[in-house]
Amino acid sequence: MKKLLLLILTFCFSLTGFAQEKGSVLIKDGTLITITDGNMPNTDLLIEDGVITEIGEDISAPRGVETVDASGKYVMPGIIDAHSHIAGVDINEWTNPVTAEVSMEESINPNDINIYWALAGGVTSIHLMHGSANVIGGQNETLKLRYGTEMDDMRFEDAPRTIKFALGENPTRVHGQGFDVQPRTRMGVEQVIRDHFDAAIDYKRNRQEYLDAKQAYEDGYRSTPPVPVAENERLDVLVDILEGEVLVHTHSYRADEITMLMRVFNDYRIEDYTFQHANEAFKVAPELKKNGAYTSVFADWWAYKFEVYYSTAYNASILNANDVKNSINSDSGELIRHLNHEAAKTVHYGNTSKQDALKMITINPAVQLGIDEKVGSIEVGKHGDVAIWDGHPLSIYSKTLKTYVDGKKYFDRAEDADDMRLKVDAEQEFDEASGRWYNENGRHSETCLRGAEIRFSKQGMKLQGN
Amino acid sequence: MMKDTEIIMKYLKSTISACLLVLLLGMSVEAQITQKAEIGKFAITNATIYTVTNGVIENGTVLIENEQIVEVGNDVDIPSEYEQIDASGKQVYPGFFDAGTQLGLQEIGAVAVTNDQAELGDFNPHVRAFTAINPSSASIPVTRVNGVTHVISMPVSGRLAGKATLIDLYGYSPDSMAVTPNAGVHLNWPTSKKGGWWDDRTDEEVDKEYKEDLKKLNDFISRAQFYNKMMTDFENNPSNKEQPDMNKKMQAMREVVKGEIPVIISVDAKSDILNVIDWTKDYPDMQFVLAGVRDGWRVADEIAEAGLPCLVSTLYTPERDYDNYQRPYQNPAKLHAAGVKVAIATGGVENVRNAPYHAGFAASYGLGKQEALNAITINAAEIFGVDDKLGSIEEGKQANLFIADGDPFEPMNHITDVFIRGHKIPMVSRHIQLYQQYLDRGAKTN
Repeated sequence: MKKLLLLILTFCFSLTGFAQEKGSVLIKDGTLITITDGNMPNTDLLIEDGVITEIGEDISAPRGVETVDASGKYVMPGIIDAHSHIAGVDINEWTNPVTAEVSMEESINPNDINIYWALAGGVTSIHLMHGSANVIGGQNETLKLRYGTEMDDMRFEDAPRTIKFALGENPTRVHGQGFDVQPRTRMGVEQVIRDHFDAAIDYKRNRQEYLDAKQAYEDGYRSTPPVPVAENERLDVLVDILEGEVLVHTHSYRADEITMLMRVFNDYRIEDYTFQHANEAFKVAPELKKNGAYTSVFADWWAYKFEVYYSTAYNASILNANDVKNSINSDSGELIRHLNHEAAKTVHYGNTSKQDALKMITINPAVQLGIDEKVGSIEVGKHGDVAIWDGHPLSIYSKTLKTYVDGKKYFDRAEDADDMRLKVDAEQEFDEASGRWYNENGRHSETCLRGAEIRFSKQGMKLQGN
Repeated sequence: MMKDTEIIMKYLKSTISACLLVLLLGMSVEAQITQKAEIGKFAITNATIYTVTNGVIENGTVLIENEQIVEVGNDVDIPSEYEQIDASGKQVYPGFFDAGTQLGLQEIGAVAVTNDQAELGDFNPHVRAFTAINPSSASIPVTRVNGVTHVISMPVSGRLAGKATLIDLYGYSPDSMAVTPNAGVHLNWPTSKKGGWWDDRTDEEVDKEYKEDLKKLNDFISRAQFYNKMMTDFENNPSNKEQPDMNKKMQAMREVVKGEIPVIISVDAKSDILNVIDWTKDYPDMQFVLAGVRDGWRVADEIAEAGLPCLVSTLYTPERDYDNYQRPYQNPAKLHAAGVKVAIATGGVENVRNAPYHAGFAASYGLGKQEALNAITINAAEIFGVDDKLGSIEEGKQANLFIADGDPFEPMNHITDVFIRGHKIPMVSRHIQLYQQYLDRGAKTN
């Protein structure tokens, strides 16, 4: 019996071990788009145990390492999406304007087919974000697209913690309009943030004083026990933000709310933050630059709500020309399939250089997520997260041939299955109806508000339809 | 794309009086300056011309006089009064045609009062997109500067949503923009399947509902056929009969049941497509076009055999989790290979400007560039019966064309000039104006 248990345990561990496996591969004679060191034609790339160990000519494969011919092909770092909700289970803990204590870390589905579709578009890492229903939402989780593994294996090891903030229409609609709870306005949004930062500062001091006093009491230096100050997980996270341990990524659109938040962050000495979506960031590009703020924007989405009506698809190019570090994100299971194509639009709209366009889906999002020392470019010592393309990745005629995460192949066009049913859900109904085509095609479906559609109103609970 | 300074110079030159006026009024130069379209005689020279219907002409010339293309070719005499546009190193294409949108009917998605595409009621054949097209929609210039010059815009709600309209993207009223005010009637096909995991109806309930929906539709059409017959009889012989009472909905169905305009059927799932194919056989006098058709690749042969053209796109996620990731990109190619006539329809509003990229993905995943070009130009024109004036660069056709600095399916390339109905369109849109205003906002911060 003991033996059997041991066998089962060993089997379980070996499964997990397999999932975490890092791979080795030699990719020969490709044009390497290194991102940080220009393009290198006819160059070999060696990945060993998940790490890039050598870049150069005539590298020979170490024993047992597979060689892949990439002559006439392009090899680029895996695309990084700084704003995604694929692989997410629950997206919005919308029940309070501030829910800093919750996290996406236990809300990951490694079998979401969208992960595979993203790999097929050359994506290797995503920023799985909490939704935008509240001013200070939950903590996000940076993932590697190790499709079909376990929840823990999806995490990007040692990536900094990040959290979602949201300004403007979403939080004011859900809370002010939906619940009669502040914020109803952008004025209120500012105060919600300041109130909670102030509370966090007070909490930190009071909690420390209490702990010190408690210690003093226990050590006999104090005759009466102090009044307890309870630990508060929500405020703990806010303290971590104030101490620079959690990077803030803020859903925002309008120039005024962007400058408001920079003012607030300056007051509380918060740095290294990113504005997500930021459709009007172009209007305050010099201010963003001055504050060292980052932006992560859509290539061309606009007009789906009022706060994005005065937008321009030239946003990314204007930000780039003003030296603001910008990324192009998807926030969509559809756009993530062709982020290379979304980046190419920055050349169309405003003549961003091809190199800068590619940075916006590789090293720039890596910087914004604090993982740029590990991924985002092809450099010795960085992770073996790369994709092989059959042409220049910014061309609409180019396709991803193979995608590697940690040197392990997770997508191969040549081995791509016609029917993924066995990998996804063998029980799935074959022929269910779809939504109407014209409701979805290339249109923003507000994944940011997923799960927040059910709202309480004065009349009772109300399900918001499309 | 022209250099910014060139754009600005051109801008200033053509609007010098407007500028002066603005300055005189003491207003900012950044205030609204509206450049107008020009019409007259233009010669586009030294161009690579993708005629669509007659191959590619290298180093060719297109002569435009007023609204028409008067000559296309290699050996064209250019009379001196023609304004020449040198297109050396550039490519000329017929204006792109998005065969299914809601452009002009919606300004801002989340602001309900700006949404005019969804009227109440299930059977609304008398409701017309043409009526509600807003010629001043900010999305219209945004779309046309990307080379999309024509769209089908359609109402979307209920069973029979209303009449779709075919417009070009230049004009001050729906009347001046309409090519065909009533281009078709939009039918949302009743599905015979559950909507998804959340649909808790039993199979029997689903089937019962489908049959009821279908019966309502058939009854409505039978009434329309009867009404049409009654009206036609009366019109042919007014003295003989009592005049029937007017019925607006039935009146609106006459051109549909007579087969003068198509029924555009939105349908995606395989079983629904097969149901549609069966159903259309009951109405041999009517015209049908399928739209959406996301499962089309599963039943391409059946669609081809039924002779039904399809309005399709490519930029969406696969219909089912287990579908091969490329299916949306390949759908137009697979339909075409079976013999189906396909046209590009994005379904969009503010980003109809991406129609060229839907075609580009189709081209890239099996359709090829020429067929993808057909799908976004001449095929749409043929499906809607306007190929005598739209869809290609030919003598005698309307001058709807654009000049690009490369393959327009490539997002990296730029559109430099656009002509709609002979009007040289100002290359201005909200997006471009904001770019010009904010690119170099100046050093002053805060």
